[in-house]
Amino acid sequence: MIEGIPIQHFLIVSTIMFFIGIAGFIMRRNLITILMAIELILNSVNINFVIFNRYLYPDQLQGHFFAIFVVGIAAAEASVAIALIINIYRKLKNIDVENVNELRY
Amino acid sequence: MSFNIIMFYLFSAIILVFSLLTITSRRILRAAVYLLFVLIATAGLYFLLEYQFMAAVQLTLYAGGIVVLIIFSILLTHHISHRFKHPDLTKMIMGIAVAVVGSALTIYTILTYPFPQTITVTELPATMENIGMQLLGVEKNGYVLPFELISILLLAAMVAAIIVAKKGNDKNAEI
Repeated sequence: MIEGIPIQHFLIVSTIMFFIGIAGFIMRRNLITILMAIELILNSVNINFVIFNRYLYPDQLQGHFFAIFVVGIAAAEASVAIALIINIYRKLKNIDVENVNELRY
Repeated sequence: MSFNIIMFYLFSAIILVFSLLTITSRRILRAAVYLLFVLIATAGLYFLLEYQFMAAVQLTLYAGGIVVLIIFSILLTHHISHRFKHPDLTKMIMGIAVAVVGSALTIYTILTYPFPQTITVTELPATMENIGMQLLGVEKNGYVLPFELISILLLAAMVAAIIVAKKGNDKNAEI
């Protein structure tokens, strides 16, 4: 742990980052910016995992490993989402959220 | 005040300011670059905590991989000079209200929860040797099962991304 910094400061930073991501998820209309908001949310959760491991259970590496797994899942999710977005753009020439319901059969 | 503390507050300020800019910027390419700054500052926090491997993963996979992927998709789907319209007033009020209420509630909970002040267990350093032995271990504190699950998930995601994004039989599709 870092001397002189309580765990609460880290948690407050990650909390604010999480809710900024939620606000972006609600406010934005473009699919790629929504994806960026999701990346912010995942990143703040990662910080939480690592902080709890480092400050409360420093004899194990559980949070460390789950943060690595979350990064891997985020990479997979981003690649699939971007493939979908490019496909939607080919059909609609537009990637706003309101237009995506035209994709249904 | 030690250098670590100064760096922590510097990285926290970078994270908060640039994540706000990420969701408010009206130019999408700038939003992607601000997201890159947020991710790099997070890697700095991991370096401060002496988790060098986690910071390296963050830098290579997130800052190197995902942001480049996002920037490529932006270049494929947008004009560079395109600016977003301002969001609807109701959506903006809803988003800000959810964020303010939720973060106030969570921060109140964090500040009132009694975290243990002193941890007496011996510290396990996150060296490459310990990480490798535990990540591929099958005994106690071994993580080989989620490791294999992640590998299958990554394979499935790769196949799915190729199938979804490749050009189909539609001859009229452009780009």
